[in-house]
Amino acid sequence: MIHFENVGLRYGLGPEILRDLTFDIAPRSFQFLSGPSGAGKSTLLRLLFLTLKPTRGLITLFDHDTATLSADSLAVLRRRIGVVFQDFRLLDHLTTFDNVALPLRVLGRDEESYYEEVAELLNWVGLGEHIWSLPPVLSGGEKQRAAIARAVIARPQLLLADEPTGNVDPQLAQRLLRLFIELNKSGTSVVIATHDIALMDQYDARRLVLHDGYIHVYD
Amino acid sequence: MTRGLAAALRKGVARMRRRPLRPGRETRGDVHIVPRDSIAANALAAVVAIMTFLAAVTSGGVAMVIGSANEWQAEVAREMTIQIRPTPGHDIEAEISRAQQLALAAPGVVEARAYSREESDRLLEPWLGSGLSLDDLPVPRMIAVRIARGAVVDTAALRQSLARDVAGASLDDHRSGINRMRGVAKAAIAGGMGVFGLVLAATVLSVTFATRGAMASNRPIVEVLHFVGAKEAYIATQFQRHFLWLGLKGGALGGIAALLFLILAERVSGLFMGAAEAEAAAVLGHFSMGFTGYAVVAAEVGLIAAVTALTSRQVVIHTLRNIE
Ligand SMILES: Nc1ncnc2c1ncn2[C@@H]1O[C@H](COP(=O)(O)OP(=O)(O)O)[C@@H](O)[C@H]1O
Ligand SMILES: [Mg+2]
Repeated sequence: MIHFENVGLRYGLGPEILRDLTFDIAPRSFQFLSGPSGAGKSTLLRLLFLTLKPTRGLITLFDHDTATLSADSLAVLRRRIGVVFQDFRLLDHLTTFDNVALPLRVLGRDEESYYEEVAELLNWVGLGEHIWSLPPVLSGGEKQRAAIARAVIARPQLLLADEPTGNVDPQLAQRLLRLFIELNKSGTSVVIATHDIALMDQYDARRLVLHDGYIHVYD
Repeated sequence: MTRGLAAALRKGVARMRRRPLRPGRETRGDVHIVPRDSIAANALAAVVAIMTFLAAVTSGGVAMVIGSANEWQAEVAREMTIQIRPTPGHDIEAEISRAQQLALAAPGVVEARAYSREESDRLLEPWLGSGLSLDDLPVPRMIAVRIARGAVVDTAALRQSLARDVAGASLDDHRSGINRMRGVAKAAIAGGMGVFGLVLAATVLSVTFATRGAMASNRPIVEVLHFVGAKEAYIATQFQRHFLWLGLKGGALGGIAALLFLILAERVSGLFMGAAEAEAAAVLGHFSMGFTGYAVVAAEVGLIAAVTALTSRQVVIHTLRNIE
């Protein structure tokens, strides 16, 4: 589904943060992306999400060479990927409902057509009570779940999550992990970037480890 | 078929019932992706309103100056003078009436009024004093010729026929005066246009920068829309529509205020105008907006709204191109 070949990346004139990355992400697969803080996990997710272009190498996404695609085609490909940002990136002036519905809305769908879907998903992630709340009144864990709901509402083929358990308690971390596993079982490929060893120990999955800019794959 | 439709309707109604209303709203109307009443948006609307007001008042003033200059020029061009010097052996009154007839026969001339002997004397009084008997002096006599509005008189032909048929006649078409006047009018028009151009440039610049300022707080929205897979055109349209509306609202406010101001100025200037000033106003022109004035103000409002809309679009595109 996704193929990286000798991908390298540097920010501006800085040092190469990622070097010679060659790996695949298969359909319906589940993997942790780990490495110490500053190793380049978020950077690699940005490459996967097409908001960053590699300085060298080849990235193939859903059988498209990403270097040759127009901005609009990238936007269309991006709809097949859901992202949970480390800082959530919810819009404070929109309700939880409207934040989560945003990916459907930009497809041109109207509220009538997706109301049920969004409400159902919000119930599923335990935010049924907060459907009309604005993000500033949500707790960290609730924002996290709203961000996850927004990432999966359009049934993406690939889900990327950046430190999704970074600022939640262990119980919630476990619940969120179960949520990701369930999404994976329903057919979505999942990549979870984390430096939380305890979390990774809870589920036996493929691991991509970044170290000194190189990637090590443990199947 | 009908049963299917009825079932679908029932289902739809049931779904509507189950669905909770948004709190604080009568209906589930569209929720705006771009926030409506932000402080930045209100500040921008204020800048737009003020700048539109200034630009519209300036254009009103400039329109008046230009109108006056044109009118002034047209009025002066509508007059000529025939002067008849007494010549020995000719009856001056007969010469005058012949000159009058010739002038009136020329196409474009509407009036040829001869000053009587008394009037001519009175014209000279300030220079010669009233006690003097002018009967024996060969005082030249004048005929004031008025030309129809917009008409052009063949002065060469008139001059020729006067020279042939009337003794001591000469025609003065005020040519040199008109040329001088035309120069002054042109300078006034150029000056007015210059001032208007400067005010318009200042308006466009300040509205552009105010829009950029208002857009700065919207950066997270642009980014999130980008991340959830919106195309550039979709995102740009969201903002452009909002800012066009904002610009039109602010612009209409400023434009209407300017029109009221100009109309008030016109009324006030009319109020203090005596008969003499009214006559002067007829020559000089006065505050009168006219259709062109309103059209110019409307065009300014449209231009400024377009500037806000296009600037917001440009900022969106710039933001998208620079997402890391
Ligand atoms: N936008 C950026 N510009 C320059 N350097 C950056 C930028 N983002 C991240 N970096 C640098 O890249 C390295 C990897 O960062 P990041 O991918 O955030 O690591 P991680 O997510 O694994 O903690 C760090 O040294 C960081 O300082
Ligand atoms: Mg990170």
